[in-house]
Amino acid sequence: MSLLGTGILKGLGVTLRHFINTYAEDLKYLINKSAAPQPRPLRRQSPKNKGLVTVEYPKERLPLPENFRYVPFLVLDTEKQEEKCTSCGICAKVCPPQCIWIVRTEDPVTKRPIPQPKEFYIDTTICMNCGYCAEFCPFDAIKMDHDYELSYYPEEQPHMRLVHDKAKLLKPDTYHASIHPLDWQRELADRAAEEAKKKAAAEAKAKAEAAKPAPSAQQPPASAA
Amino acid sequence: MSETVNQPLPSDFPNDPRVPEELRNNVFITTLDKLYNWGRKRSMWPMLFGLACCAIEMIATAASRHDLARFGWELMRASPRQADLMIVAGTVTKKMVPQIVRLYNQMPEPRYVIAMGACATAGGPFKEGYNVVSGIDKFIPVDVYITGCPPRPEALLHSFLKLQEKIEKQSLRTVPWYRPGEDDVIPVPMLGPDLVDMRRAEEIRQKAAAQAQQPVPTQEG
Amino acid sequence: MAEETPRPETQAASAQPSAAKPAPAAKPAAAAPKAGGHGAAKAAPLATLTPDMQQLQQHFGESVIAPAPYVGVLLQDKSRLPEVATYLRDELKYDSVTNLTAVDYIKDGYFEVVYHFQRSTGGEPLTLKVRVPRPQGNDLSEPVPSITPIYAGADFQEREVYDMYGIPFSGHPDLRRILLWEGFYGWPLRKDWHEAYYEGDTKPFDSRWPGGHHQLAEERVPWADNVNYPPGFDPLNFHADPDAGLYDSMAEGVPGLKVVTKNGYGETTTTVLGNGQALAEEEELRTDQIIVNMGPQHPSTHGVLRMVVKLDGETVTDLKLVLGYLHRNHEKIGERNTWLHNIPYTDRLDYIVGMANEWGYVLTVEKMMGIKPTERAEYLRVLMAELTRIQSHFWAIGFLLNDLGAFYTPALYFITERDLILDFFESVTGSRLMCNYFRFGGVSRDLTEAQLAQVKELAFERIPRKIDELEELLTDNEIVKARTIGVGYLPADRSINYSLTGPCLRAAGVPYDIRRVDPYGIYDRFDFEIPVLYGADVYDRYRIRVLEMRESLKIVQQCLQQMEQTKWGDIQAGKKAYNHRVPAGQAYARVETPKGELGFYLVSDGGQNPYRYHIRSSSFINLTSLKEMVVGHKVADAVVILGSLDIVLGEVDR
Repeated sequence: MSLLGTGILKGLGVTLRHFINTYAEDLKYLINKSAAPQPRPLRRQSPKNKGLVTVEYPKERLPLPENFRYVPFLVLDTEKQEEKCTSCGICAKVCPPQCIWIVRTEDPVTKRPIPQPKEFYIDTTICMNCGYCAEFCPFDAIKMDHDYELSYYPEEQPHMRLVHDKAKLLKPDTYHASIHPLDWQRELADRAAEEAKKKAAAEAKAKAEAAKPAPSAQQPPASAA
Repeated sequence: MSETVNQPLPSDFPNDPRVPEELRNNVFITTLDKLYNWGRKRSMWPMLFGLACCAIEMIATAASRHDLARFGWELMRASPRQADLMIVAGTVTKKMVPQIVRLYNQMPEPRYVIAMGACATAGGPFKEGYNVVSGIDKFIPVDVYITGCPPRPEALLHSFLKLQEKIEKQSLRTVPWYRPGEDDVIPVPMLGPDLVDMRRAEEIRQKAAAQAQQPVPTQEG
Repeated sequence: MAEETPRPETQAASAQPSAAKPAPAAKPAAAAPKAGGHGAAKAAPLATLTPDMQQLQQHFGESVIAPAPYVGVLLQDKSRLPEVATYLRDELKYDSVTNLTAVDYIKDGYFEVVYHFQRSTGGEPLTLKVRVPRPQGNDLSEPVPSITPIYAGADFQEREVYDMYGIPFSGHPDLRRILLWEGFYGWPLRKDWHEAYYEGDTKPFDSRWPGGHHQLAEERVPWADNVNYPPGFDPLNFHADPDAGLYDSMAEGVPGLKVVTKNGYGETTTTVLGNGQALAEEEELRTDQIIVNMGPQHPSTHGVLRMVVKLDGETVTDLKLVLGYLHRNHEKIGERNTWLHNIPYTDRLDYIVGMANEWGYVLTVEKMMGIKPTERAEYLRVLMAELTRIQSHFWAIGFLLNDLGAFYTPALYFITERDLILDFFESVTGSRLMCNYFRFGGVSRDLTEAQLAQVKELAFERIPRKIDELEELLTDNEIVKARTIGVGYLPADRSINYSLTGPCLRAAGVPYDIRRVDPYGIYDRFDFEIPVLYGADVYDRYRIRVLEMRESLKIVQQCLQQMEQTKWGDIQAGKKAYNHRVPAGQAYARVETPKGELGFYLVSDGGQNPYRYHIRSSSFINLTSLKEMVVGHKVADAVVILGSLDIVLGEVDR
């Protein structure tokens, strides 16, 4: 049995410790700023921190993890100056609230679809930031943005502003590389691997074609293809 | 990892060129508007009013990490009579909307509304649901919308700063709440066979009567 | 007779719903067109009977109990339901009804009410099905006998079925709409009921691709809004009472109670009830009985719950709950979504514990598809689910203390810890709350080295220290003890009868935890205990959460150690796909979320979309017992007891 009131005193001890730590932690680095292990917002949010945790948002902000997802954007291939999207429609199919609308480009003569979106809309007032579109896109053409500062006044016609069209959605791949460095490296590696594969295939084909004419000279030409 | 971004905050009272250079640190001049708005924007009390998932992020914004009180938005009041700002944080359902409108009517002017997240803005991922209202702005005027599902706490703080900017631009001479005229009390919607916006009652009556004449409802908009 | 279902041999073919649209299906059986449900489609296999089902069949005879398609037994004569339920409870010791829902087989012309009975000692649930013929239009169907007098936990669940399908339950003590309001037009979960923004039975919609151009839903519908009215509806001459029947039974003993209904254009006084005389004759100090509405906007109700309490002075003498203020139509939307689409929606059920919900859904679908996740994915799932449990309990305890009047200090301390765990979630999954991390057969992303270091630091250093601190702050605190010990007492047998699950049940001395009684995932590989306490009050519900956090931490630590042996990056079994087809069938699977048992009852017709998507929500069913816990306590304790149940409205109302 413990004395009545000791539990409360113990609890108050915890709050007192918190109170002292609040100041002690930051005071350490006030004298010797270079001793701080990390920049302030990171240090305050590290599991080792015992003191103040506040991040003073507009002045300082926490770094966003690469995987962080907000609304999607379309990647613009800066080399070719065209969007990577081929309007295959997978993102529109996997979108749970169905907030993606794609209008395909048609060849004016043959009426066949051209692999390029004519128009691309994302209704950000419906988007649930789930990231499926980026996850299932086979062309790395749609990615999740890190920009979360998306507040609007009603005068800015939110419903039209919040429905992002192609002009608003397109962002250069350099921007994508800057916010998703690991993903970008993987993309480059994939592309290099694919090119190497293509090259190897082309070489093999060339080799086969170079080797073929001799034995297949008597055979009908159709088999060469 | 990116470094801390340091952005200068806009000063509440920028130095006026009419003040001589040597006095600038000691004297500043302002207008009544500026003083009035400065006081208001730094003492905005939000209403403790959460609807759904976004409310969790709203609580996280008020908690230690982001600390809403830094902006003078000191504490959340549960009573609408003591609140200046309603943060509609979450999905607005048809069953809830009469209460929200009633709470809005009970708030004293000047009052502001932030529609937090996709649901409050336009219904969000649940827009197609039969019990979901496509955005609170169908019933009460909204001052700032936030995109996101749910918006990060920082995104909510960003919208607060946007709202502060808006307050700064208001002028005592034009603000509606010191003008004579009618109070803009919004009629509370009715829960009948479905949600009824009483402002549209006459229109609904006519359309329903027309439907009764012609039993096959038209499907095109 | 219309309601008499045919013998199992002949009706088996009718039980399987045909595919919603004639899409090229993977399974020929599902795609085969059927005429009136008795076509040439492959018959749904009948369930093999478990020993308990056989005993049931022997006792009641084969003409009453027959094997049902896929799972469970079919009760041929619905009037004998109370008898069967009593037998199940008393003889077979199935002491709670864990899940109760209905399915609309529109092609075959009947509703099927599905009951899952559960033993508190563990094991698989027993599935019982009852059929009622579908009525015409918006009419009510034939009544089904209520089992609420036998199983108190069926109360809210039966009301929900009534609300969604229009199936009345005869003998239910208070059958009113629960999620919608009285007077709502239609029964939303019937397959032929369409809301205003209805676009098609199944997603993806063709208007998005390849067809479409952007068009707001408002532009498509005649009312330019998400509403539908019956033809000839006149709002100006319509008197609505969305709370009809709510105060009827509560008004006894309340002198001159006037129930005033306000709506857009005025007010109507609808009832004047009560007998003031009886009270006035009492000799002792007289207190007025009054009815107080707490919520839906109230700081203590954890969201938009409305408690209607009848007070005698300050003592609660009766309580009724009004739910549905956050009813977001998960089930209706879920039946339109593809299987994959539903995963991020489950995040938004109980939005504090997103990943625990995902697991429940993914587990059920995996059960139907017959696939298993990879080793590493299993570990990642356990890691995430247990961290979710820790952060949820931090949150729950923080806000329980808030309800006790320890305004904000504990809550702020614990939200700080929670934020650190959420940082880890965000870094791995991309979002703090809506993680959308689980996939069928795996998870979406593996950890990086930095993330692994981050979670190790949390699991081995920070969180253990903080749980100790939490206990130091609260466990011995005399004020906490004085306010919570003996408050909200609900003994074990009543708790079970109310279908209570989760920490609240274990605080009443019942070691019922799905991780042990019906194991899933790889929980058998970890050394942990299911803590049990016997106080059955608010204090023990607080303490059990602390103990569970410690056990979860043990699991997390073991998981991090064992995970090292798995292959990095091997997180998805099979090929990653987005257009899953789930074989026709039915499944009920559940997981232990921090709030209790979360179950999913899914029916597949072999297509891309669930035919029925039902969520057995622990918060919702736990609320059934609130009345019994609260009555007799002061109104200030009612708030605390509600806090100790730790409900989240997103899951209550769905």
